[in-house]
Amino acid sequence: MTTFSNWDVIRNLFFSLPWTLALSLIAFIGGGLIGFLLLLARLIGNKYVEMLIRGYVQVFQGTPVLMQLFLVYFGIALFGIQVSPLLAATVCYSLYASAFFAETWHGCVKSIPQGQWEASSSLSFNFSQQLRYIIFPVALRISLPPTIGLMVQIIKNTSLASVIGFVELTRTGQMITNITYEPFFVYGMVSLFYFSICFPISLIGKSLENKYRFIQ
Amino acid sequence: MFELSVLVDGWRMFLEGLLLTIFLTIVGCSIGMLIGASCAWASVNGSRWLKAVIQVYVEVFRNTPFIVQLFFIFFGLASINFRLGAIASSILALAINLGAYACEICRAGILATPKGQYEAAASLSLNRFQTFIYVVIPPALARVWPALVSQLIIMLLATSVCSQVSAEELFYASNLISSQTFRSFEAFGFVTILYLLLAMAFRRFLFWFGPAFIFGKVKF
Repeated sequence: MTTFSNWDVIRNLFFSLPWTLALSLIAFIGGGLIGFLLLLARLIGNKYVEMLIRGYVQVFQGTPVLMQLFLVYFGIALFGIQVSPLLAATVCYSLYASAFFAETWHGCVKSIPQGQWEASSSLSFNFSQQLRYIIFPVALRISLPPTIGLMVQIIKNTSLASVIGFVELTRTGQMITNITYEPFFVYGMVSLFYFSICFPISLIGKSLENKYRFIQ
Repeated sequence: MFELSVLVDGWRMFLEGLLLTIFLTIVGCSIGMLIGASCAWASVNGSRWLKAVIQVYVEVFRNTPFIVQLFFIFFGLASINFRLGAIASSILALAINLGAYACEICRAGILATPKGQYEAAASLSLNRFQTFIYVVIPPALARVWPALVSQLIIMLLATSVCSQVSAEELFYASNLISSQTFRSFEAFGFVTILYLLLAMAFRRFLFWFGPAFIFGKVKF
């Protein structure tokens, strides 16, 4: 029987922090890439592509992340592939994030006045030039605050990966609680860890939002 | 490959789960909206200390995961002898979580109220409370209704997390059936579709409910 001091609890939680951050980063990068491709497809494609992507977004925004995790976990296993929690979480969170990014960024591009498209096409810019020189520079600026908001949402949602056995902050908290029987302290500390990651990011998002509100 | 009979055999469990999910959503969302609207009022009209307290509440609950909040309430509070059942702590967690988000959303709506509305209410000799209930809140909610609806749907989906503290809602039912029958993909796939339909129906319901009962069919 080993005894856990409060310091041990904090230390162990701290060591699990990189896993939460790594999973968030994977989701952010993977989701960002897929989301960007979806955005391009939506801008270029016809109305069937549009409908398809809207359905995709609807599915991911209309079902619980927990459900998506389990579906991916058991869905990949259906093809006879051994699934690790890390693989399932990576796939699931990338797809999940991509849906939110695609939707948010599409909204940002749509919020750019139609005149910008017309003006640039009257300067004989082709489509890719329009996107590159006219639309994306502005859309990028508009999209920064909501993108940072999504980042916080992703970090918080990685906590659900604990349910399929991915050992990150929340899972470590659960395991420590099973040893120490001090859920009040342990989950309080877990909350504090999450808060100290998410709150600064939220603050950055808020300050950017205020900054760009005056520019527009 | 797909064995759908497990779904038919488990219909009772799915139905009970579905009902509990709807119950948690409605009760949690109602209490949460009340908390949110009250906090929004206090953070606009309250004293400096009250504003600070609400700010802390909002930031803490918006920047920590729902599952940790739920565990804190269910396991953490129980360990300091404040025991709540699975359903009670689920409702509490949902309500407090939604309260924080709804407060921010409603506050944005309230702050956008034109000054003339307050003056008009004052000239009708309404007191502060009446002004808030009859003049400020309905158009404020109308202004932010789309954002609130999205947040309420997020709460509907968040009820799935309550299965982790053994509230026997829809996700719990699918998990149980999948572990009894080893037909995981079918059970989870079916319930995913159910959640999707539920979310779509809930969205429609709210966009009907808001104009019909809260703020009337006026565009602000």
